[in-house]
Amino acid sequence: MTTPSGGARGAGKDAPVLRERRLHPVTPLRRAWAPVAVIAGWAVHDPDQAQRQLTRLTTTTLLAVLAAAVLGAALYGFLSWWSTHFAVTDTELRIRTGLVFRRTAHIRLERLQAVDVTQPLLARVAGVAKLKLDVVGADKKDELAYLGQEEARVLRAELLARAAGFAPETAHEVGEAPARQLLHVPAGVLAVSLLLTGATWATLAAALVVPPVLWFATHSVWTVLATALPLLGAAGASSVGRFVSEYDWTVGESPDGLRIDHGLLDRTHETVPPGRVQTVRVVEPLLWRRRGWVRVELDVAGSANSVLVPVAPREVAESVVARVLPGVNVPAGFAPSPRRAAWCVPFWWRGYGLAVTDTVFVARRGLLRRSVALVPHAKVQSVRLEQGPWQHRRGLADVHVDTGADKTVTARLRDASEAAELLYAQADRSLTGRREARPDRWMA
Amino acid sequence: MWRTYACGMETGTSRNAGRTTGQPAARPTGRPTGHAADEPVWIGLPPGLLRMRRLLLVVWLGSLTIGTALLSGLLAGPGWAAFALLPLAVLLWGWPMLGRNWRSWRYAERADDLLISRGVLWRKETVVPYGRMQLVEVTSGPVERHFGLASVQLHTAAAATDARITGLDPAEAERLRDRLTELGEARSAGL
Repeated sequence: MTTPSGGARGAGKDAPVLRERRLHPVTPLRRAWAPVAVIAGWAVHDPDQAQRQLTRLTTTTLLAVLAAAVLGAALYGFLSWWSTHFAVTDTELRIRTGLVFRRTAHIRLERLQAVDVTQPLLARVAGVAKLKLDVVGADKKDELAYLGQEEARVLRAELLARAAGFAPETAHEVGEAPARQLLHVPAGVLAVSLLLTGATWATLAAALVVPPVLWFATHSVWTVLATALPLLGAAGASSVGRFVSEYDWTVGESPDGLRIDHGLLDRTHETVPPGRVQTVRVVEPLLWRRRGWVRVELDVAGSANSVLVPVAPREVAESVVARVLPGVNVPAGFAPSPRRAAWCVPFWWRGYGLAVTDTVFVARRGLLRRSVALVPHAKVQSVRLEQGPWQHRRGLADVHVDTGADKTVTARLRDASEAAELLYAQADRSLTGRREARPDRWMA
Repeated sequence: MWRTYACGMETGTSRNAGRTTGQPAARPTGRPTGHAADEPVWIGLPPGLLRMRRLLLVVWLGSLTIGTALLSGLLAGPGWAAFALLPLAVLLWGWPMLGRNWRSWRYAERADDLLISRGVLWRKETVVPYGRMQLVEVTSGPVERHFGLASVQLHTAAAATDARITGLDPAEAERLRDRLTELGEARSAGL
């Protein structure tokens, strides 16, 4: 696992000179925004004082201050760009940053979970892209911003190929692994699915109802504004924002993993390497049920990507799930909780269900908004049984399955003896599942 | 890097195992059949933890009882001193509760995983496969050290894994740590 292949070692000796590279020359411009943002932030935070200060200044001093700030920022941006280097070795990606406080990050390629290329709107205009690296356990994501569009694509392909175990000399040639399109979400379907989501309407209703009520109650413009703006923002983010970010959602299959491309204004190209998915959740909101649509979410260790398919017919979504978790079918039948579970969770207990196949542990929850979580046995970190006093009296218990993405999947309110059996059986299954699991370098 | 305590291993296990046999605590009943060879050998905690907790209970609640009785008796009148019965009741209730809780804690090393079971009202049982351990930690606070106690905590990649054994003999804690690290290395698996 940690020893590089023979070819890699040989090539490392042949090419001892590390080629260090710099980011795209456009990068300093990004930093130039910082002081402007700071001043703007101060002005918004404390508008009265900002106005008083501004009226005292004459136009010339104002211009001089602004020029100095922009110049300083430009200098800072240039210097930070100048001091940032990165290099790809056989086993690591090294990023060296910092002018005063030096920081060197060595990212082990075999621990790389995913590499995403994102392009904010302005970056798209400038023809540059940002490379985000997902590593397990790192709080802060390392990113290379900005690289030329083409360079970013090539670098991502190279990193993934090396992480996947290709010898370095062929890693360049593998280039962008060819992708085969699995799924494309039409804009119309996406729009309808968002209209059929309860959360969209709930935030919108809140944004329309709460401010007038507050106005009648307080007659204070500031209170109304302070509540209306965040509410409107939330409503916008959950409807228009989601539409913009999930627009043109395409899932493709390539040897280095599943490709996810999406975005109307900011384009994002994500790659989910196979074998690193810890949990898959198939969510089915109430209003989508008649159309047979589902949403598929993922948990990948150290990654923020969570959506695999924003909306798709069930069969299509399940075929995509089968690509992420090879040999896994989403089970249709679930063993429900015993009837006496109604004493612990009235009414909603009907939503709980459990199914265990020879590859995955599947728990269902939710009555209106059904959510089915699948955990491959090989990804189970620990198994826990919990039983509160009330559950103890009814002979019920919960079984929690913890995964490496810091998510827990729970089979709630099982029969106590069944749960105890499940606890040990699941531990055994995850042992054998792990022995048969794919290697870290999935293409080697 | 790790210090080993071979002798601690012998004494710690045999003594604890011997003491545990007298505990007919609630066991998981639904054991899968065909695992007789892998039947877990449960080990309880040494009495040091119970002693420490009971002493702390008596010290804190005892002084609270006396303080309440004196203050309310002197400042508000003798009738108000009855308020001191409250912490006293907690003390009397807590004494057997601590015993029950202490008796419920036990752990077992199986061939491939570690089992930890605890709790009376809120029963919890954790199974951690050795191959999933990222880090084994032995900690001992000042009070624990005074009573000759140490805790072992296992960390996996999932933060929700609350695999912690408190109130162990330091020698047993070190033995457990060494054994777990050794087994963890032998069975280690990627994420």
